[in-house]
Order: sequence, then structure tokens, then C-alpha cells
Amino acid sequence: MYKKGIKVVLFSVFFTIITVLAGCEPLLVLDPKGPQAERQASDILLSIGIMSLIVIAVFSMLVYMLVKYRASKQRPDYEPPHIEGNLWVEVIMVGIPVLIVAFLSYISVQSNYIVEAKPKGYEDTKPLVVYASSSNWKWHFSYPEEGIETVNYLYIPTDRALEFKLYSHGPITSFWIPQLGGQKYAMADMVTTLHLAADVPGEFMGRNANFSGKGFAENTFNVTAMSQDEFDDWVKEVKETAKPITEKKFEELLEPGHLGQQTYTGTHLEFSPPPTGHNHSEESTETPETESHTDSHDGHESAGH
Amino acid sequence: MDFFNRFAVPHPSIAIYASMAAIGLTLIAVIAGLTYFKKWGYLWREWLTTVDHKRIGIMYLLSALLMLFRGGVDAIMMRAQLAVPENTLLDAQHYNEIFTTHGIVMILFMAMPFIMFFMNFVVPLQIGARDVAFPRLNALSFWLFFMGAMLFNISFVVGGSPDAGWTSYFPLAGNEFSESVGTNYYMIAIQIAGIGTLMTGINFITTILKMRAPGMTLMKMPMFTWSALIANVIIVFAFPVLAVLLAMGTLDRQFGTNFFTMDNGGMDMLWANIFWVWGHPEVYILILPAFGIYSEIISTFARRNLYGYTSMVGSMVIISLLSFLVWAHHFFTMGQGALTNSIFSITTMAIAVPTGVKIFNWLLTLRKGKIVFTTPMLYSMLFIPLFTLGGVTGVMLAMSAADYQYHNTMFLVAHFHNVIIPGVVYAMLAGLHYYWPKMFGFMLNERIGKWTAWLMSIGFILAFMPMYISGLDGQARRMYTYSESAGFGPMNMVSFVGAAIMAISFVLIVYNIYYSTRYESRDISNDPWDARTLEWSTHTPVPEYNFAILPDVRSNEALWDAKKNGHVLFKGEYEKIHMPNNSGIPFIMSCIFFVWGFSFIFSLWIPVVVTTLGIFGCMALRSFEQDHGRYISVKEIEETETNLRGA
Ligand code: HEM
Ligand SMILES: [Cu+2]
Ligand SMILES: [Cu+2]
Repeated sequence: MYKKGIKVVLFSVFFTIITVLAGCEPLLVLDPKGPQAERQASDILLSIGIMSLIVIAVFSMLVYMLVKYRASKQRPDYEPPHIEGNLWVEVIMVGIPVLIVAFLSYISVQSNYIVEAKPKGYEDTKPLVVYASSSNWKWHFSYPEEGIETVNYLYIPTDRALEFKLYSHGPITSFWIPQLGGQKYAMADMVTTLHLAADVPGEFMGRNANFSGKGFAENTFNVTAMSQDEFDDWVKEVKETAKPITEKKFEELLEPGHLGQQTYTGTHLEFSPPPTGHNHSEESTETPETESHTDSHDGHESAGH
Repeated sequence: MDFFNRFAVPHPSIAIYASMAAIGLTLIAVIAGLTYFKKWGYLWREWLTTVDHKRIGIMYLLSALLMLFRGGVDAIMMRAQLAVPENTLLDAQHYNEIFTTHGIVMILFMAMPFIMFFMNFVVPLQIGARDVAFPRLNALSFWLFFMGAMLFNISFVVGGSPDAGWTSYFPLAGNEFSESVGTNYYMIAIQIAGIGTLMTGINFITTILKMRAPGMTLMKMPMFTWSALIANVIIVFAFPVLAVLLAMGTLDRQFGTNFFTMDNGGMDMLWANIFWVWGHPEVYILILPAFGIYSEIISTFARRNLYGYTSMVGSMVIISLLSFLVWAHHFFTMGQGALTNSIFSITTMAIAVPTGVKIFNWLLTLRKGKIVFTTPMLYSMLFIPLFTLGGVTGVMLAMSAADYQYHNTMFLVAHFHNVIIPGVVYAMLAGLHYYWPKMFGFMLNERIGKWTAWLMSIGFILAFMPMYISGLDGQARRMYTYSESAGFGPMNMVSFVGAAIMAISFVLIVYNIYYSTRYESRDISNDPWDARTLEWSTHTPVPEYNFAILPDVRSNEALWDAKKNGHVLFKGEYEKIHMPNNSGIPFIMSCIFFVWGFSFIFSLWIPVVVTTLGIFGCMALRSFEQDHGRYISVKEIEETETNLRGA
């Protein structure tokens, strides 16, 4: 509880400083709208806090030395002594950083397990699974359970765990919605899982954060969070009004270029399944019955991750 | 016609035609100048064929400064493009090529040769040796590096530059998404330069282990030599990895293998893994010698011995080991799971401990000292706070869960420039001012030097601090433009102003060299800084053989020992000195390598075969050659020494 208290204080202090610095608009990463992003923001602020202590220590030592031991401040015949070192000084010099690193490691390991799991507070909700796949230079979002698909925009319900299944039809990309949580790579030969959740309704910026060629700068998408009811209404509406996605249509969409927002019924997962078998250490809640379109995935786990 | 198209400029623009014209005119001017002043013979005898480590060092220095300006122009163009939202100065393709070449040029063709310059020029002098262990191999190393760099630089005007980032991740860098020959340039040019670097590594490990002056045990080596030794050990372990990686990439692009492709069993993540197994140690290859230079400068101008010599050495050894254990922090976001990320998060943060030890040792070296603010010292004193900032943001990045938010953003760009500019570039400039009198026999102007250092630091802060903020605000790196509504505009404008100030400071360095060449006094002693290590016990200019008599060393501050404790460094009589002969083969062989590389890039197989034979021919020639070097007679030594002492 005590530790949490410190964190909250640090959080608010640095939050204010940085907000003021940035001209009042809160920086996206420090303006979290979901539990994962909140955890990351508090880690960031905590580390800024601890690191400022180190910076202050080094700066003040430096200023002290430079002021006190300038040649111009000393007798002309002063001869600096020969000093080899001192055991105690070195113990402190190593000891304090070791303690700091140990503390930050502890926090970091904890956070790793948190951001890789279902978001805190939403453990009991059934996650909404969305397949987010990138192609040059757009995003395809498939909602397998709802049986719909969108391009370049994302509707999500609030107060419910979100499970993104990421992969790519081209170069490596990175799926990132700063206000909901940090990014993760989408790659052609494996599916990665990103757990997010939104606490409040709103509009968020999402983008590909990993350089993927000429159209990279504009490789963005809009995220709208709304209540579950509104979300359900939207799904119903899409089902009634949108055209189905066909294999031919999807092939067209994959052509490199930029597209506006589009909506379809059905998902491309049915005829163009995602790569299989590479969830690594991430457990998946739901894997659709799909077949591998390539048999290239053997030995994948030995790639170093 | 297809052939012609590959040579044609793929993205014609005024900038490219202008550079073509500039390169052409410079070449003509150089050739005309050499002919007019009848300097071809001089150039060939004294420079192109030299095996003298000091001259090779100076050639490294010239290349590094040249590349600093090439990379700097790239940097300014990028910052100008981003200064305002929706700018149209550069198009996407152009911007991509520029940040890719900026990264490669700065790291591999600017920072690397700069440390090679220091190692070449300083190490033999510091350990009391007459040359490096393999002088001719040293010349070959330099020329291979140089040809690799030149090959890389012509990519801009012939066939197109690489455009997949300096990390060149596949499948983006594969044929499917990167069609021009640009990435072939990347693979081949870096390969050629890398072979040179690997040979340097072997050469300097041997030199340092085998050629130290009598009495200089390992723990009596000056700190820069220690840092060079450790950096070279890292080179020998890391560069073979790069060579294999580039060979695999070349095979993928030019012979249709599928190491890193999207199908047929290729693994794009394999590229990222191998790349960073080399890439992370690479940054320590750059920073450790920089640390060595700072150690020399700080103890010289604090007028005190370096505090904690043993822990300085120990921390470098630990850093070198850890540098091979952290590579996965470059892709925490690749879906490798919490356990793997945790392990790499901890190993990465662990590096902060030995690095901190070094910072505190430098601070404690200042304690009880008698600090004089020369230009080299000013750079070193600016280094400590600025580098600390970069270091602590590194620790922040090492927290893997938080890195999900920093990864691939301007925050990261700010961090690595924050360590690499104060850490490496400042060290080089500090070292440049420090060793300049030893190289050329006059000082660089101190007043201009200090102005430069301050201006650069102001520019640096303005250029890079805003990036931390815009990164946290969601600005991804490598975006060639952004929309007005993103709100990144003001930060990027400040950044541009900062970059422009930095550009001015780099121009001031050139001006300083010009000014000092004309006006600074030639009347300086061999030891103008009142320094402590052996390199300052030589004459200025340093004679070809460095030391007429090999010094007898008793401490890690041999010269100081001689000055303060009356220890006699040079005892005994002159004896004839054995020196290696100059040779044209390293230069010629590297030229053949250049043609080989160019042909390979464009898949011109007949020239490739011919030049391959040429390269092996040069090696064969060498192995049958009878060259036992030559002797400098006692009389010659006496003459040189009297002349130099008189001066
Ligand atoms: C002198 C002032 C410098 C400025 C203003 C500058 C600016 C930049 C900018 C704007 C980027 C690209 C950001 C992006 O779009 O992702 C960049 C990338 C980079 N810079 Fe610098 N830079 C400078 C010096 C250096 C130096 C000295 C080095 C290394 C020794 C360096 C190494 C790099 C690297 C490795 C990249 C990454 C390239 C990539 O993303 O592939 N820079 N720099
Ligand atoms: Cu994998
Ligand atoms: Cu690294």
C-alpha cells in the first residue's frame, strides 16, 4: 500500500510537469485509457522519478568538483595527490546502482507478466478477439465471432478484455494504440497476441509503428471505444448493410496503397487463414479452425524467442 | 536496356543531380590539382602505399571527417523535412533512403573509422611500440574500409540507396519490397568494410598483447590502450557474425535462397536476431574506446592519476561480456513472451552498473585535482551530464513492458543519439583537439574550440530533448511526414533549430582547422598539454620509427613518472631499427575489391569472376614475395634525433 502511495504521488508530480512542458495537452502515452497503458505509464513515471535522482546526484557531484577544484581557485604550487581508490567508495559506487537496478528489475518483471496477460480487472470478462493483420499500408480487422471485417478503423467495446491476434501480409509491422497500451509486432509467419482493454469510451489514435516502406507514415487507423450495447448495435448494423468480403475483393485490398475506411460482412480468415502454430509462450483463448497455407513453420521456436 | 535501367537514377531529383555534379567536379578538381602540382608521385609514395600506422591513422581521420559531413547533411535534410507538418521537401522514398544511409554512414563509416584513427595513431605510441604487429595488413584494413565506404556512397547517384533502415529488417529488405539495387549496396559495401575491421581487430589484439615496451605489464597499460584491447576483442567476436549475416542476406537477394523470406521456410525474425547479436556489441566497440579517450583527457587536465584504475578495467571487461547478452532488447515487442523479456530486461539494466562505476570514477578523478579547462576537457565535462541523461533513458528503455510504448518512437531516437553524440562524437572531437598537436605540430585554436563545444551542446539539447516528448506523444520514428492534427509540429521545429545550430558548430570545426593551420604557432613542445602517458614522450612530429630507444616503463603513467619521479624512460644506445617496406598491393587489391563489389551489386558476373581472380592473384603475389623490410641505420637515427631536438 505504501509503495502504491509513493507511486501515485510520483505519478501525479511527473504527470503535471510533463503535461505543463508539453503545453497542456497530455502526451498520449501518459494519458492512459486502459489498464495496460496505465501500468506502462506508471512504470514510465516511476522510472523517470528514480532516474532523476541519479541525474541530480551526478550533476551536483560534477558541479561541486568543477567549482571546488578548478586550477584558478587554487594555490599555484598545489600538487594534486596520487589516489588509487578506496574499497568503501567502490562498494557504495556499485552497491547503490545494484539496488536500484534490482528494484527496477523487480517492477519490470512484474509488469511483463501483467501486460502479457488479460488486463487487470477484466479477468472475468470473455475477451473480444480481433484479428488485426497489416498489408502495405493498411490494417484489416477481422471479428471472427461477430463475422465482420473492417479496414483502417476499429470499433471496440469498453469494459471488456480485448485480445488482438496480430500478423502481417507483408513486411513486419507493429500494432500500436498508445492510449490503450504498448505495441507488438505483426509478422508474416506467426501470430502474436496483444492484450488490451479500454476503460472509457472515446476516440484513439492507432498506427503501425514499425517502418514498412513508402506508405509507412500514413499507415494509421482510428479506434473508437463505446459501450457494449452500442458495439452490439454497430455489429448488427454492419451485418445488415455491409457487403460480404470475397476472396477476389480481399486480393484487391492487399494491393499496396492507401485506402479509406471500409466495412464488410464475413472475414478473410475463412479463405486466407492466418499463419498457425506460433503463439510462443502466449496462451490463446481462441484459435479458429484454420489450415496452414504454408508448411514453413518448423523450427520456429528455435529462432530465439 | 534492362541493364541501362538498373544504372539509371531510380528517383531523379535535383538533389541527386546536384550531388552527381558535385562529385564529378570534385573528382576533376582533385585530378587536375594533383597533376598541376605534380603530386601524383608524392601521393603514391607517401600515402597510398604507406604502412606507417600514423599515416594510416590520419587517412582514417580524413575519411571519418568526410563521412561526418555526409551523414550530417543527411541529418539536416531529415530535420528540415520534419520541421513542419506535411512538408514536401522530400518524398517518402527519398526520406527512407536518407535515414537509412544516415544511420549506416554515421555508425559504420564515421564513428568506426574515427576510433580506428585513434587506435592506429595512439596505441603503438602509448605502448612504446614502433608499429603495429602486421603493418601491411593494417594498410589493407584501411583500404578495404575506404573502398567499402566509397562504394556505399556512390549508391546515392548510381542505382539507388538502401531504403529499409540501417537495421535492414527482412522481409522489407528482400527483393519483393525493396526492388532497387540499394540493399545490395548495403550487403556488399558493409561486407567489404567489415572484413577490413575484422582484420584490424586481430591486428591490434596482437599488437597490444605482443608489442608493449619492456616493463609495461597489462595492468600498467594506459586506459585508452585497455579500452582498445577490449573493443578489439569484441570486434573479433562480433564481426564474423555480421559477415555471415550479410552473406545470407546477399544470397537471399541475389541467388534466391530463402533464409529470411515470408514463405518457403524463411524466418524474418532470424535476421533481427543475428543482426543484433552483432549490432549491440557494435555500440560498445564504439563507446569503449571513447571511454578510454575520456579517461586520458580527464586525468591529464585534472592533473591527477585516474581514480580506480582497476575498477575501470574491470567494468570494461564486464561491459564487453554483457554486451553479448542483451541483444533481444531490440525486439521486446516481437512476441517472445514475459519470461524471455524479463531475462533480457535484467541483463540490459545490469550494464548500467559498470557504466555507472566509470562515471563515478571520472567524477572522483576530478576530486582534489587542479582542473584546467582546455577544449578537450570542456568536451569531457559536457560529456558527463549529457551522457548520464542518455544512460538513464537507456535504463528506462530496458524495462521491457514500458518499452512496448517507447519502441520505434522518437523517444528511442532521442535516447541513442543522447548516448552516441555526447558519448562517441564528443570523445572524438575531444581526442581530435587533444592529439592534433602530436599529429601536425600545432594546436587547434582554443577559443574557437570552446565556442564549438558550447554551441554544439546547445544545439544538441534543442535538437534531441524535444524528441523524448514527441516520442511519448506517439511520434513514431522513420515517418517522413505527419499531419497537422498530430500536434508534433512545434517540437519538431525546435529540433530543426537545434540541428541547424549543430550544423554551424560542425562548420566551425572546419574553420578552426583552416584558421589554426594558417595562424597558430608552430613553436610547441613535444608535450604541450603536460600529459601523463607515453605517447607524449615522442618528438613532434613523430619520427617514422616512433622511439629511437624503446622506453622502460614502470607505471601506467610512464611519462608522468619520468617528469615527477625522475625515472629515466630511454636508457641505452641507438641501434639500427627494422622497419617494413611500403607496398602498393593493399591499395591495388582494395581497388579490385571495389570493382568486385560494384559488379556484384549489379550482378555483372563476368567482372565478378575476373576481379575474384585478381584478388586471389594479389594474395598469391604476396605469398611468393621476398620482402624482409629494411633497416634504419644508427647514423640516420642520430641525424633525425638531433634535427628534432633542435626544433
Ligand atoms: C549531428 C546531429 C544528428 C542529427 C540532427 C540526427 C538526426 C537523426 C534523425 C532525424 C534520424 C531519423 C529519425 C527517424 O526518422 O527515424 C536519425 C536516425 C539515426 N541516426 Fe542520427 N542524427 C545526428 C547524428 C547522428 C550520429 C552522430 C549518429 C551515430 C554515430 C547517428 C546515428 C543514427 C542512426 C543509427 C539512426 C537510425 C537510422 C535508422 O532508423 O535506420 N546520428 N538521426
Ligand atoms: Cu516466431
Ligand atoms: Cu542494444
